[in-house]
Amino acid sequence: MSGTDTGPAQRVAVTGQAAELIRRLAEQHGPLMFHQSGGCCDGSAPMCYPAGEFRTGASDVHLGDLHVGGIAEPVPVWMSGPQFEYWSHTHLTIDVVPGRGSGFSLEAPEGVRFLIRSRLLTEDELDRL
Amino acid sequence: MTQYAAPGTAGSVVEFRSRYDHYIGGEYVAPSKGGYFENPTPVTGQTFTEVARGTADDVERAIDAAEGAAAAWGKASPGERSGVLLAIADQMEANLEKLAVAESWENGKPVRECLAADIPLAIDHFRYFAGALRGQEGGISQIDENTVAYHFHEPLGVVAQIIPWNFPILMATWKLAPALAAGNAIVLKPAEQTPASIHVLLEVIGDLLPAGVLNVVNGFGVEAGKPLASNPRISKVAFTGETTTGRLILQYASENIIPATVELGGKSPNIFFDDVAASKDAFYDKALEGFAMFALNQGEVCTCPSRALIQAGMYEEFLGEAVERTKAIKQGHPLDTTTQVGAQASNDQLEKILSYIDIGKQEGAKVLTGGNRADLGGELSGGYYVEPTIFEGHNKQRIFQEEIFGPVVSVTSFDDYDDAMKIANDTLYGLGSGVWSRNGNTAYRAGRDIQAGRVWVNNYHSYPAHAAFGGYKQSGIGRETHKMMLDHYQQTKNLLVNYSDSGPGLF
Repeated sequence: MSGTDTGPAQRVAVTGQAAELIRRLAEQHGPLMFHQSGGCCDGSAPMCYPAGEFRTGASDVHLGDLHVGGIAEPVPVWMSGPQFEYWSHTHLTIDVVPGRGSGFSLEAPEGVRFLIRSRLLTEDELDRL
Repeated sequence: MTQYAAPGTAGSVVEFRSRYDHYIGGEYVAPSKGGYFENPTPVTGQTFTEVARGTADDVERAIDAAEGAAAAWGKASPGERSGVLLAIADQMEANLEKLAVAESWENGKPVRECLAADIPLAIDHFRYFAGALRGQEGGISQIDENTVAYHFHEPLGVVAQIIPWNFPILMATWKLAPALAAGNAIVLKPAEQTPASIHVLLEVIGDLLPAGVLNVVNGFGVEAGKPLASNPRISKVAFTGETTTGRLILQYASENIIPATVELGGKSPNIFFDDVAASKDAFYDKALEGFAMFALNQGEVCTCPSRALIQAGMYEEFLGEAVERTKAIKQGHPLDTTTQVGAQASNDQLEKILSYIDIGKQEGAKVLTGGNRADLGGELSGGYYVEPTIFEGHNKQRIFQEEIFGPVVSVTSFDDYDDAMKIANDTLYGLGSGVWSRNGNTAYRAGRDIQAGRVWVNNYHSYPAHAAFGGYKQSGIGRETHKMMLDHYQQTKNLLVNYSDSGPGLF
């Protein structure tokens, strides 16, 4: 995201490798969603579910949508509202690393794990959010 | 120094099988879809066994077996069930080294901890619930002269338990012991990161339980955990893990209208008041050790004291000595009995910790020691090691707010008591906390003002049975390691009995 952008800034993005995995998972499971976890063990990990499997509610914040080439529906990314208060100044990129799964996230059986990479949002981006 | 031989090499006290199936109805059963997944040791990153990849069909078979066994086990006398728990404890004690090395190899934790804490605590836990069951009493309430309410404890039936990977045997025991004592049959899913050591435990204790009372289905959360947690035939689900999966578990439980207990982690403050430095004595030294407890179990503890709050008057001095104390921690081969910090449990865990160290630096927190992946050389180069790391920053930074689940502590200072409480409670979680003070009044008040289920006063990371453990706020629902957990695994049956010969006269 360069400083010359004038459109709305984004809070979430996805790496090429993660997008490729999302495409494969969408072929198997249909439309998808992410919910960013917190807390113990596998907390702080983005969880990927079939769309609607995890019921979001009034306590959740919709961070944005991932637009992944090859799949029709955008993939929404959610986080609990209280957690968002502490995360709101950071931009999140969903990446993927080799790993041994966690929670009920769809990619775990593939021997890989989605991972959040974070950076601080710039002043310019914060203005445009 | 002693270093245990690695499993799979000559002289090892434990031998893993090359493959583990599901344990259903007292025997090993191949997965219905035939799939297996590799299980690597975080010590070297090399695979040491493969484990059945369970699916919904396997879960159904396990629940069938549990349903078949539940009635008889539930009606077994408390003395009989208690006796089985005591026998389990004895068998574990007789196989302590085997269980300890199995857990260390699978999880990456130092064997010293398994030998001195994990396994002895698990043994004691079975004994505790054996005793708690024998001591449990129902209630009799006199309603009026001729009417009595009797309250009986009855088992729930078939319960589901989903176990985390940070203490594979101890966390399983926290759930198994009360559920078995209360008379339930169990379907348990170990974490996919640490599925094998529970099978070493089954080798040791499996024949002590009637077939079908304890069933273990291995596999991934989405393939085995979900069909288990959402199954309409279970009467309760217990889970330890993180918040999003915790919410999903509660969602499934609401669909079936069953109880759930969830333990979801924390961001525990460890608070050091100025009077700690009143003298450089044994207590001061104990407090420094209390600070360094963030590195215990590589920080992979739900109650890791991952936020250290140090009062301004002694801040520089205490923190300086705490950094030195941390630098002296010995990281090494987990099977070396002198190793204090071993490997993180998995590659993705390692990557997550490193990503947090990265955001901590970006947010301007200062690294006082550590801050990198550790390469211990030789065969350990493939393992997942992180240097014990101290950040200095402020409580709004993400490294102060999210559970990193690694050997990373974030340190800040506070001015006075109110400031300490404000920072301590400025978190989504409320599982653990530490308070260090020579002043009993300060320690007591802080203990009561901190919104957390467990406050250690002048100690940390002690987990005895008979002290309740569980969370406030987003850290979960339920209390483990205490006899009150029996209630979480029991129904209350009320017999309301009228002993009058006359009717009420209504009709």
